Amino acid sequence: MPAEPLIRWSWVADHPAEIGAALGQHVLLTVLAVLGGLAISLPLAVAAHRYRRAEAPITWVAGVIYTIPSLALFVLLIPVTGLSVLTSEIGLVGYTLLILVRNTLAGLDGVPSDVLEAADAMGLTRLQRLVRVEVPIAVPVIVAGIRIATVTTVGLVTVTALIGQGGLGQLMLTGFINLFPTEIYVGALLSVALAVVADAGLLLLQRALTPWARVRGAGA
Amino acid sequence: MELLAQVLAWFGDPAHWQGTDGIPTRVLEHVEASGLSVLVAATLALPLGLAVGHTGRGAFLVGSIANLGRALPSFALLLMLIPIAVNLRLDFSTWPILGAMVLLAIPPMLTNAYAGIRAVDRDLVEAARGMGLSGLQVLLRLELPLATPVIVTGARLAAVQVVATYTLGAVAGGGGLGRYIYDGFATQDTARMVAGATLVALLAIATDVAFGGVARLTAPRGATARRSLAPPAGEPGAA
Repeated sequence: MPAEPLIRWSWVADHPAEIGAALGQHVLLTVLAVLGGLAISLPLAVAAHRYRRAEAPITWVAGVIYTIPSLALFVLLIPVTGLSVLTSEIGLVGYTLLILVRNTLAGLDGVPSDVLEAADAMGLTRLQRLVRVEVPIAVPVIVAGIRIATVTTVGLVTVTALIGQGGLGQLMLTGFINLFPTEIYVGALLSVALAVVADAGLLLLQRALTPWARVRGAGA
Repeated sequence: MELLAQVLAWFGDPAHWQGTDGIPTRVLEHVEASGLSVLVAATLALPLGLAVGHTGRGAFLVGSIANLGRALPSFALLLMLIPIAVNLRLDFSTWPILGAMVLLAIPPMLTNAYAGIRAVDRDLVEAARGMGLSGLQVLLRLELPLATPVIVTGARLAAVQVVATYTLGAVAGGGGLGRYIYDGFATQDTARMVAGATLVALLAIATDVAFGGVARLTAPRGATARRSLAPPAGEPGAA
């Protein structure tokens, strides 16, 4: 019996809709998770930056969530939220928190103190200083966190197929169940490609957001 | 709360503590396979990381392997290795998950071995050179002891990730604690599933704590440990 090739290209050519749907779902689950993670971790990081006492508890809780194995976390959520998108998103968002909080905090802490003094001397309020001075200066470090969180989430989304949430993991799982390598390899390669493209895209976004870094030749 | 009672009852059932599907057997399977994976990964990653750190050549390679490791999820690796194992007539419930775990453990150990050596004060290296130590002596007597805390941190990250992720092996029919989760899921036995998830989480935390002890024991004496370079968080739990 000739061995089944790892990728049967004719199958790929015949199933663009199926592959596209899995990819689209994967992108959607990832984007939701990273945006949800940002919505939670940016305020948390700002709070930890402003009130240093809050830093230890916030990073501790985020660290504990991060340590729980992903399949275990998804499974522990099933009795509460069922086999739903919500279950996977809670888990996925949970994993982004430590990365995002840590990097955002490092970015805010890295703003030079003479810059802060200059901002104060110009009469900026705390909020104005945060929005107009501290956050823009912290953008490269914050985006570095978003890049790690995004790449990690793309990988974790493959696991959500085990709790019925599709994406490229579902394609791979179907390939495994049918012992059809093509689906496994197409899913895996697209997952890697998605991670690489998202990473590069975010790097370009960061460069666009920080034109001064280029002008001064500081670079990212 | 009803579920909590069911889970506690599951743990209380003596039948779940004996035999091939008993908790001690499953924990042992899990620990053995994880330990083997980390050991194999260490024999591959540490010499390479030390060599690149010492010579300063090949840093690009280390960075690329670390990035690829992050982008290629273990679940995908596991499934990708299954058709290959089938073609090679190897047991696909054993080898693919071990291969995926070795590949998962390499990046953190490699990057930390490299970063640990690079972080050693160049003045110290110059001084050691000036005292007539050969390159290998500088590596073994100076750089390696000073880099030990960072290297142990890399092994700790790798071990915790492997213990967490080995759970996925059950999908391919492997043993370990993932069996409770997967079988519980398949038979809609929520108590079993939750008990398995709890055991995996506890084992991952225990691994982290154990390596914390190793870190204290192996910290270089006398020399004030330089600020350890924990790399940015890598892959969480199982990916």
